[in-house]
Amino acid sequence: MFELAFPPAFILIIGALLIALARPGMRPVIVLAAPLLTAYAIWQLPDGVLLTAPFLGYQIELVEASTLRRLFATIFALMALVGGLFGLKQAKWYELAAGYAYAAGAIGVSFAGDLITMFLFWEFMALFSTVVVWCGGTVAAKRAGVRYALMHLIGGIILKIGIEGTMIHTGSIEITALALDNFDSWMILIGVLINAAAPPFCAWLADAYPEGSPFGTVFLSAFTTKTSVLALMLLFPGQSVLIWVGLYMVFYGIIWALLENDIRRILAYSIVNQVGFMVCGVGIGTEMALNGVAAHAFAHIIYKALLLMSAGAVMYQTGRRKCTDLGGLYQSMPVTAVCGIIGALAISSFPFTSGFISKSLISSAAAYEHLTWVWYALTAASAGVFLHAGIKFPWYVFFQKDSGLRPADPPWNMQAAMIIFAAACIVLGCFPNLLYQYLPYAVSYEPYTAEHLLTQFQLLLFSGLAFFVMLPLMKRTLTISLDYDWFYRIAMVRGARAILQLWTWLLGRAEALWAHAGAPVAARLKGWHLPDGLLARTWPTGSMTVWVVVILVAVVVLGQR
Amino acid sequence: MSEPEVPIAKIPEDPEQRAWFYRPSSIRKLWIITYVVLGLTVAAQFGIHVHDHFGIDGWFGFSAVYGFLSCVSMVLFAKLLGYLIKRPDDYYERFIAAGKDAEDGDV
Repeated sequence: MFELAFPPAFILIIGALLIALARPGMRPVIVLAAPLLTAYAIWQLPDGVLLTAPFLGYQIELVEASTLRRLFATIFALMALVGGLFGLKQAKWYELAAGYAYAAGAIGVSFAGDLITMFLFWEFMALFSTVVVWCGGTVAAKRAGVRYALMHLIGGIILKIGIEGTMIHTGSIEITALALDNFDSWMILIGVLINAAAPPFCAWLADAYPEGSPFGTVFLSAFTTKTSVLALMLLFPGQSVLIWVGLYMVFYGIIWALLENDIRRILAYSIVNQVGFMVCGVGIGTEMALNGVAAHAFAHIIYKALLLMSAGAVMYQTGRRKCTDLGGLYQSMPVTAVCGIIGALAISSFPFTSGFISKSLISSAAAYEHLTWVWYALTAASAGVFLHAGIKFPWYVFFQKDSGLRPADPPWNMQAAMIIFAAACIVLGCFPNLLYQYLPYAVSYEPYTAEHLLTQFQLLLFSGLAFFVMLPLMKRTLTISLDYDWFYRIAMVRGARAILQLWTWLLGRAEALWAHAGAPVAARLKGWHLPDGLLARTWPTGSMTVWVVVILVAVVVLGQR
Repeated sequence: MSEPEVPIAKIPEDPEQRAWFYRPSSIRKLWIITYVVLGLTVAAQFGIHVHDHFGIDGWFGFSAVYGFLSCVSMVLFAKLLGYLIKRPDDYYERFIAAGKDAEDGDV
């Protein structure tokens, strides 16, 4: 049994170590073999708790498998494989190693049977994802990485407070659906939601991810937010507060992406948007909704990585990442353009792509539960996804005005990675049962009805019309949009400076006060107390004798009475 | 990341000499195709019955109108919000630089 239950995460960690230690010639072999072996190990795991170990007096469950956990672990391993292929020759070895360790952390969280194991792998991910951000190699990446690490350390501490509270108050470290009726559960929820980029902690994602290298950002897009979606599914299914959190994220992602000029930041905001759909689905919490969340997470990782690969290919070939600098690239980068457009269609849930068969499970679940406003909001948001990611991204990069830039398509391995994921988007979209059969609950949903196709085409194509009608209003500008990170990047710095100034001022005032009022008093005190002062001076022994005599005489005289 | 060398093409003055996608004649054709496709997706509802969940979502052309209007309102909302929260894209770098100067000044 033990051989079978060897934690799949450890295989990928060993892979990451070997990438670091191997000769350059061996690296590509390890990069491709490690995720494949990991995926094989994942599929050898039967359901149930498979490996326990004693840890700090608790019996922790290193590996617990179930349909849902296996699905998430599988897509994480697949993501590592194709992400590794994308950066096979071009990414730095330490970036690949950190990326694989990061993916291993995500797989570890997927199979964590208890809160302690989950927390350990959670922090492992925070550590190596920070390294991946730093691999961006610029000053901006260094700074963004520090902010990213701080945010995740804070999230980790909040999560740990919740986990320790739960351990003390219930004695259980089991991962099971928690009721939101006590402080500990709320702390766990907040800790998990910080990693999901929920408000008001949504800014870290669009701040840090776009600063990674073209290869690092592909890795970054997949793991952190999706492991927290899995954690939400396991710990908080059906908590209605998540519906509202999710809807906020959905619209936040759209609005900020519409305002954005940097192509990778557009895609980063759209990660928050897509994770919002999933968080909302966890909040709805029915079997159909949870199936939808799992399917959408799976499909999303593929098409979002594909979109970031195509943006990364453009950046790798041109060194440019702003809408204002790009345009017309379809002419010289046809493979990148076609793959990017397929990713854009998939994220928009266009029929015959993977997004269509996954997202409709979530919105149909809202309809079946008669959550009227939630359904209207999700439908408007689906239209908005086409607007901000489905059309905006390919339009500004590959079409709009001709920038005159004629970069070639990227090297073969980058193209191959894009083609594999583009094909996956279409195959999953055309054959939904390939994915549906691995979902946690039995699926009785048929996405391809004439009615569903018709309404989806109407919704998307008229959103497209709105984009081109409103195009003059969306002229790209050399701007960024403020976000909650303003509070810790500007307000807190200003606050700290103000406190420093106040302190300096107070010191100045104290000195002035000293000079005016304190100094004369001090001079008198000095007169009395310093070595020469009246009260501190040493007196000759003789004079003391004289005084003793005087006192004695006084006592005698007074005593005579 | 160092800037890679990118070949740059000269774009012809005459719009009709440019790449197919950028010619005014092609743009006109693309708009015509767009309108035909849009019309067809709405017309198809004559043949396909749409079940409603909440009443108005079963109306004729609901998805088309709803998709269009929600996108227009999101773009307008973003535009208005932009006046409030847009900043030059070196906003944070300037803030950091300004802070550095102040510190250097103190020293």
